[in-house]
Amino acid sequence: MDDSILLAHGSGGKLSHELVEKKFLPFLANPALNKLDDSAIFEASGRLAFTTDSYVVNPIFFPGGDIGKLAVCGTVNDLSMNGARPLYLSLSAIIEEGFPLSELEQIVQSIKKAAEEAEVAIITGDTKVVNRGQADKLFITTSGVGTISSGVDISGANARAGDKVLLSGTIGDHGITIMSQREGLRFAMTLESDCAPLNKLVSQMLEVSSRIHCLRDPTRGGLATTLNELARQSNIGIVVEEAKIPVKEEVKAACELLGLDPVYVANEGKLVAIVDPADADKILARMRKNRYGRDAAIIGEVTEEHPGKVVMKTKLGPSRIVDMLSGELLPRIC
Amino acid sequence: MKFIDEYQDNKLARGLAYKIAKRSTKTIRLMEFCGGHTHAILRYGIRQLVPKTVEMRSGPGCPVCVTATADLDKAIALAHLPDVIITTFGDMIRVPGSYSSLQQAKAEGADVRIVYSTIDAVEIAKANPKKSVIFIGIGFETTAPTIAASILKAQQEKIENFYVLSLNKLTPPVMKALLDSGEVKLDGIIGPGHVSVIIGSHPYEFIPRDYRVACVISGFEPLDILLCIDKLVEQIEKGEPKVEIAYPRGVRAGGNRKAWQLTERVFEIGEANWRGIGIVPQSGLKIRKKYERFDADEAFSVSLNLSREPKGCRCGDVIRGAAMPLECKLFRKVCTPESPVGPCMVSSEGACAAYYQYGTPENLQGFKADMEQVDG
Repeated sequence: MDDSILLAHGSGGKLSHELVEKKFLPFLANPALNKLDDSAIFEASGRLAFTTDSYVVNPIFFPGGDIGKLAVCGTVNDLSMNGARPLYLSLSAIIEEGFPLSELEQIVQSIKKAAEEAEVAIITGDTKVVNRGQADKLFITTSGVGTISSGVDISGANARAGDKVLLSGTIGDHGITIMSQREGLRFAMTLESDCAPLNKLVSQMLEVSSRIHCLRDPTRGGLATTLNELARQSNIGIVVEEAKIPVKEEVKAACELLGLDPVYVANEGKLVAIVDPADADKILARMRKNRYGRDAAIIGEVTEEHPGKVVMKTKLGPSRIVDMLSGELLPRIC
Repeated sequence: MKFIDEYQDNKLARGLAYKIAKRSTKTIRLMEFCGGHTHAILRYGIRQLVPKTVEMRSGPGCPVCVTATADLDKAIALAHLPDVIITTFGDMIRVPGSYSSLQQAKAEGADVRIVYSTIDAVEIAKANPKKSVIFIGIGFETTAPTIAASILKAQQEKIENFYVLSLNKLTPPVMKALLDSGEVKLDGIIGPGHVSVIIGSHPYEFIPRDYRVACVISGFEPLDILLCIDKLVEQIEKGEPKVEIAYPRGVRAGGNRKAWQLTERVFEIGEANWRGIGIVPQSGLKIRKKYERFDADEAFSVSLNLSREPKGCRCGDVIRGAAMPLECKLFRKVCTPESPVGPCMVSSEGACAAYYQYGTPENLQGFKADMEQVDG
């Protein structure tokens, strides 16, 4: 086998089979996948959750993860945010001609590791190769199914006045890591992406309380955008306190330098939970016992006032509106 | 890195706000020159911390906003030339020109790329020797030295396909133009922080001397700004306007000589066209004859239709401090960050974008947050 992806790897012929058998199967093996049938067959009962997402991150390798880990965690987290237990994933890779096989192997290994941690199996998949320039190295799409236990009813529309708003940890780690890796912004820093599967954190939260109303992972658009989505979907107002939102020193420094607000910077391993006030402390305590919820905090609450809007009490005391991210996050010029 | 939380300390901020409230007896109007200041003021709710006697207006300190429509049209026309790559800072690509935008040109097939620094544009030129790479050079004294450095780097490395469309502008001359016009009566100016790191405080001496207007240079953290306002109020109350630096960790009276020498080596001072203000003499930077082979104005010629401003857009008034964003009829109704009519709504340093993004006490009506003035 050559050391980079050729168009022939996507021909459907011998090389295609070799690619799957040598580069994917050895790492992702499970009974359903090993059959290599046109579709995977599995048993499931009760209510199911189903989701899909595509990953086109640049760079594909970054401190704390890579596109493979991201593709598994992202879909696992999307299922978890409805209280589902993720079971099975599909994985489809679009590879640019010339992509080094060693890098592909590294990514597949990372997919394996993330899937093992999240205890999900990749049971069906596909690979396509496109001409050089038609894709940027590697794009991955994952879909996932999970089961929802009876009694669990989590939706962005379920927030009620009086509920508490919980955040599972520091914000902006992923976005600033990615930005710092891109051309021109290579700060010397130790920051890593927070990319992580949150399904176990969610199941532990559900173990201690059945009164979790909303869960959402603040990915692109950051915390501000997620809070706005929830406020609009539930038609309630949200008030958060800036001083209670955990932000790492490195992220603060980078944001100050670039003129960005960390509430708009992307995360890949954080969640926002809106919960019944009576259970808030109990849920918080359980979150803090999980490594992905160690820095969890109650950052605000839900109010009947200003429905659809998010208001932040700033560090200095006054309040202001926090709107959704519009356009792209760009560093200041002056 | 430390010294971030220290400049956002709640108690110190309240203390300063109390001091300002106690000191302030006259109704005064201040202008924050920089868009960065406008954003910090709204982001941290500083307008709610200062007494009602202190009115605050945004000024022309947003590089994207002050770029004249005609200059933007030129950049768009350059983008449509064959074998040209346009490189620019991010916000520029979304600003509507007279007939199109760089973003629109990109969608139509032009090669328009966002860079984070001018040096990246030089690297793109190196990597694409068969293309002409034009950097749209906007900004004030802060960005000029880096653009000068990129031209010197291109010369040193004999990069033949790198060009700069120099739209760089200077701050003291435009302050003079605003004060000369007398359109907006000002008592004090919150002086630019990053610009002053480069040019120092001396170039502003004419402001108190010739116009009896106070000028205090400020950093961008909330405490920097409150300290600056306190100094301005003190000067105005005493009737002793002068230039002060409330940002001593960043600004020295003499500025950064090396950076400015670099700028002067490559650029000479000429007139510049400012959106909403017009041609201001001595307020722009032109590439010197010695480096003219890097000058996009010399190397390319494009024919342009007469430029036109978007109907109803008051960006020009906002830039001069003659109108607040909320006074524009298009604000929030027609003009939003998603579909901006004028540059002040596009740029992350634009006043309209700040008022839109952070809201104001005015559009928080009905919400019982702690909107009370600090009364001690």
